[in-house]
Amino acid sequence: MTDASATPAQPSRSRSLHQTDANTKRRNAKEGRFKALGLGAIGLGLVFLVILMFSIISNGAGAFQQTFLQVPVYLDPAKLDKNGNRDPAEIAKVSTFGYAPLLQQGLLQAITDKGISTDLAKASELKNLISASAPNVVRQQVIANPDLIGQTVTFEVLASSRVDGYLKGRVKRDQIALDKNISVAQLDLTDALVKEGMAVKKFNWDFITGSDASESRAEQAGIGTSMIGSFFMMLVVLFLSLPIGVAASIYLEEFAPQNKFTDLIEVNISNLAAVPSIVFGILGLALFIQFGGGTLGISGLKASAPLVGGLVLTLMTLPTIIISTRAALKAVPPSIRDAALGVGASKMQSIFHHVLPLAMPGILTGTILGLAQALGETAPLLLIGMIGYIATNPPDGLISGFVDPNSAMPAQIYEWAKRADPAYYERAWGGIIILLIFLLSMNIIAILLRRKFERRW
Amino acid sequence: MPAIWLLVIVLVLAVAGYVLGRARVMRSASGDSRILHSLPRYYGIYVAMMTLVPALLLLGIWLVAQPMLVNLATRAEIPSAAVENHINLSLMMSEVHSTAADITTAVNAGTLDEGDLGTPDRASQALGRDIDAATLDAAKHYRSLDRIGDMARSVIVPLLALLFFFYTLSRIHKDMRARNVVEQGIKVLLVSAASIAILTTLGIVLSLVFNTIEFFRLYPARDFFFGTTWAPSFGGGSQLGILPLLWGTLYISLIALIVAVPIGLFAAVYLSEYASKPVRAVAKPLLEVLAGIPTIVYGLFALLTVGPALQTVFGRDALDIMPAASSVMTAGLVMGIMLIPFVSSLSDDIINAVPQAMRDGSYGLGATKSETIKQVVFPAALPGIMGAILLAASRAIGETMIVVLGAGAAARLDVNPFEAMTTVTAKIVSQLTGDADFASPEALVAFSLGMTLFVMTLALNIVALYIVRKYREQYE
Amino acid sequence: MNDMRLTERKVDAKELKIQARNVQVYYGETHAIKDVNVDILDNTVTAFIGPSGCGKSTFLRTLNRMNDTIDICRVKGEIMLDGEDIYDRRVDPVQLRAKVGMVFQKPNPFPKSIYDNVAYGPRIHGLARNKTDLDEIVERALRGAALWNEVKDRLHAPGTGLSGGQQQRLCIARAVATGPEVLLMDEPCSALDPIATSQVEELIDELREKFSVVIVTHSMQQAARVSQRTAFFHLGNLVEYGETGQIFTNPEDPRTESYITGRIG
Repeated sequence: MTDASATPAQPSRSRSLHQTDANTKRRNAKEGRFKALGLGAIGLGLVFLVILMFSIISNGAGAFQQTFLQVPVYLDPAKLDKNGNRDPAEIAKVSTFGYAPLLQQGLLQAITDKGISTDLAKASELKNLISASAPNVVRQQVIANPDLIGQTVTFEVLASSRVDGYLKGRVKRDQIALDKNISVAQLDLTDALVKEGMAVKKFNWDFITGSDASESRAEQAGIGTSMIGSFFMMLVVLFLSLPIGVAASIYLEEFAPQNKFTDLIEVNISNLAAVPSIVFGILGLALFIQFGGGTLGISGLKASAPLVGGLVLTLMTLPTIIISTRAALKAVPPSIRDAALGVGASKMQSIFHHVLPLAMPGILTGTILGLAQALGETAPLLLIGMIGYIATNPPDGLISGFVDPNSAMPAQIYEWAKRADPAYYERAWGGIIILLIFLLSMNIIAILLRRKFERRW
Repeated sequence: MPAIWLLVIVLVLAVAGYVLGRARVMRSASGDSRILHSLPRYYGIYVAMMTLVPALLLLGIWLVAQPMLVNLATRAEIPSAAVENHINLSLMMSEVHSTAADITTAVNAGTLDEGDLGTPDRASQALGRDIDAATLDAAKHYRSLDRIGDMARSVIVPLLALLFFFYTLSRIHKDMRARNVVEQGIKVLLVSAASIAILTTLGIVLSLVFNTIEFFRLYPARDFFFGTTWAPSFGGGSQLGILPLLWGTLYISLIALIVAVPIGLFAAVYLSEYASKPVRAVAKPLLEVLAGIPTIVYGLFALLTVGPALQTVFGRDALDIMPAASSVMTAGLVMGIMLIPFVSSLSDDIINAVPQAMRDGSYGLGATKSETIKQVVFPAALPGIMGAILLAASRAIGETMIVVLGAGAAARLDVNPFEAMTTVTAKIVSQLTGDADFASPEALVAFSLGMTLFVMTLALNIVALYIVRKYREQYE
Repeated sequence: MNDMRLTERKVDAKELKIQARNVQVYYGETHAIKDVNVDILDNTVTAFIGPSGCGKSTFLRTLNRMNDTIDICRVKGEIMLDGEDIYDRRVDPVQLRAKVGMVFQKPNPFPKSIYDNVAYGPRIHGLARNKTDLDEIVERALRGAALWNEVKDRLHAPGTGLSGGQQQRLCIARAVATGPEVLLMDEPCSALDPIATSQVEELIDELREKFSVVIVTHSMQQAARVSQRTAFFHLGNLVEYGETGQIFTNPEDPRTESYITGRIG
């Protein structure tokens, strides 16, 4: 230790601390810039979030409003009930094609009565104003109450999606030159109808509760049926992945010996958690092609049944649930287990009577988050065929809810986004709002659960 | 009898077993439960468990095995001459399957009588499509075997349940160690639940491998891996080269990472080193909202918001290098936004794992925060951050909805990021959601694409997890 | 080394380096340091002793404002370095820490090469004009920390590969390289084995020639061996401060005596 003779550089001996030297100033400026970059990154991330939310809400809010027309219709007995005996069976023979002209005629009559001037002289020229679904609405009411025939009844029916789009600013006058579904004269008439209070925008419950509609009837389409599909799928996921996930976690956390088999399971779980979701769709499809629906004894089971979708999503969410359940089990201190074993409980009893109940809030939180992930998942559903299918009828019972072909919310949104009519884009955004409301509520429930039962050992 | 009914029968038997088992042991103890080895309910569970589990296991195996065996047997019966009309055996078999299914549907609906199936002509008429003699014979054979299988199942499964039911019931007496048996049984159930992870992986690998082999039998592997053209045509003569798809996938992922990595990293650094507690408490969950949003939402955002917005700058009316709203840039940008929280929260964890002593050492020498971060924290956290980036890359490669909606459908090898290109995942979707027969190369190619995707992401994940784990161990 | 080898080293009238007046430190609601007054001399080893939790490390960290990195920590009072208040608004802690270096309890070399560890300080403070300058500073610092002969052939090997004692001397070299005037050491030997400890202790004695050294230690023997002046802390109070020989042989305060004789601690 004799080589310590050299003196280290001491350039700052005499300098006062109260003066910042140039070097330090430069370094502090660098520090400021670096910090600003970090803040900028956070800001940018949040800006993206705001833009995303803004475009969802601004584009989707319209889906919750729909334009309705008040049309007084003279229910002409000559057309609807030629024999005049008001027999529901005979009335039912008149198809919707019989009602459409009555509606158009009624609208024309109302226009003339109110003294609205328009170039549209023929009733059939008003066809584009009224939704194609309207005649069926009238027909159903007439069949339900045949005595209406012969009276003039005011019906509230959906306006066509072009009229609706015009009132929402989506359809613009200068862009409809090539559109054969609407004309400028019809738009003029729409303005007049709004002024007379015959065309009104209202909150659209049918969007939330209704079913999907065909390509040309955007105004009629709703997300309700696919919501039911999602609901049944989530039931499958919940009832399969929760018990299996908890059982697997208990084994791995409490019983598994340190050996190759356990390692294999662990490696598999962590890798499955990172496998792209579409691969699970391929698995589901391959299994379904292989074994089909016939073997389950449910003839005609389609791959697009919520049962099949639920099974695929279960496999996908299991790793997530296992990982969070294990964390919850790990958080229960060993002293609890020792206490139970100490009074003579078996290991199994100590786990099922003491550890599991204490870990339950954590397990439920993880399960809810896993379900939320499954609820928003789309890619595997595309492969097993939950698209291209128009879910027009809600399931009529519990079994049918599981095994009849249906869509799911994200698949329905995708389906709408793929359609050519821009009226469907509004619906897709609207569907996203509903989907996000579900996800948000699930996350809030998870957070509240965690808050309420959070325990510090 | 449909499987569901068998399930119900076995379940009812199990419930009865619980009640009877409990009652029987109480009787053997003359109503005094204190002299039993285990609690009374364990005897009930013992009977129920032993009735239920073996029968359900058998049912499950049966459901999987029967179609396989019936298939093999039917296949063996088909004369080789008949196959030539159907290009190959697997196409023929799918024809046989659909014919058999149609017959079953028609018979159940009452529109067809078994007797109508005497000749191919009558069957064709009844089912409304052309069926040749060999197919009809095979379909009939298939149906009869299937029916025999179903019948055997309906007898054997309940029989097995009954057997165990009576056997276990007869073994019950007051000194029997029911709890130990039940717990052993539960443990077996727990192990099998844990093994589902292995089965899932196995299922994925097998379904990919078998269909990939099938595909390579119809289409040369060389052309698949080295072909530069992707032009499927369902009429035959498709060119199915994976290179343009891989290019699209990697290009989009690269753009996504260029967006996500710097933003995510800087955000993580700010959150873990600079942000005050309240800022962190607000900003971190808000950023993570981006991770909780389903990918379909991002897909729509790309298609309807970002794409058109980019087009106002790069589109036909302006710079004219972006022909359509969907492009590599559109998908890449949106995917980047999606990955920001992924990168930031992983890096945040990793940066927090760097010991405080390391920072103190640097501050003690008079380093500023940024100097400490850049020169001490960052090098120390680098392996972990690399792992996080690899995980993000694997996410990007496997992402489906954003590229299906935002990237376009045209497979091309181009360098202009404003051109529409397509990816492996997008093509998996389009090949499997079309009307193609699942035995055709155009549909089977999706499984080879899936295999490629699986191998790529698996490799990335394994490497990334390994790096991250090694990194964690270093500081534990 | 079981004897209390009290030094007869003469304590000259050394220059006053640090002057602490009425220093209070709060951690949130906790009053961790209560009204401490200390004069620390140049070219002297000053030892802070006391039972654990007595505030000696906390007080040490106030001397180069390391406590600034802890959000809830507040410091009141005056600490003068060469007559200038280091808690003055105009003082940049970065500049301060270059003058008042610090060595920590556990050796904490950066995950870099030995050379880069030592060169880190000079680089960030811009002390070298070129590579030759830097090489020279690194060599001087390593020699100053009595490590040069052991590592000169593997300057580019990672610093984390050294033994515990070598790592701690590397950290001292790292601190010395920025040319500090005061060197703060927070229990520098607590993670080291006896041989490494004696090496570091010898080094501390040599460092005194150039710096004012302040060392926090748990071991009274160590304080007796290396220091010229000793301060005894108890429950956040500075109980007694004076020449090491006097503190150990003839303490004025009964609490000091109890601690030294092993009755509290």
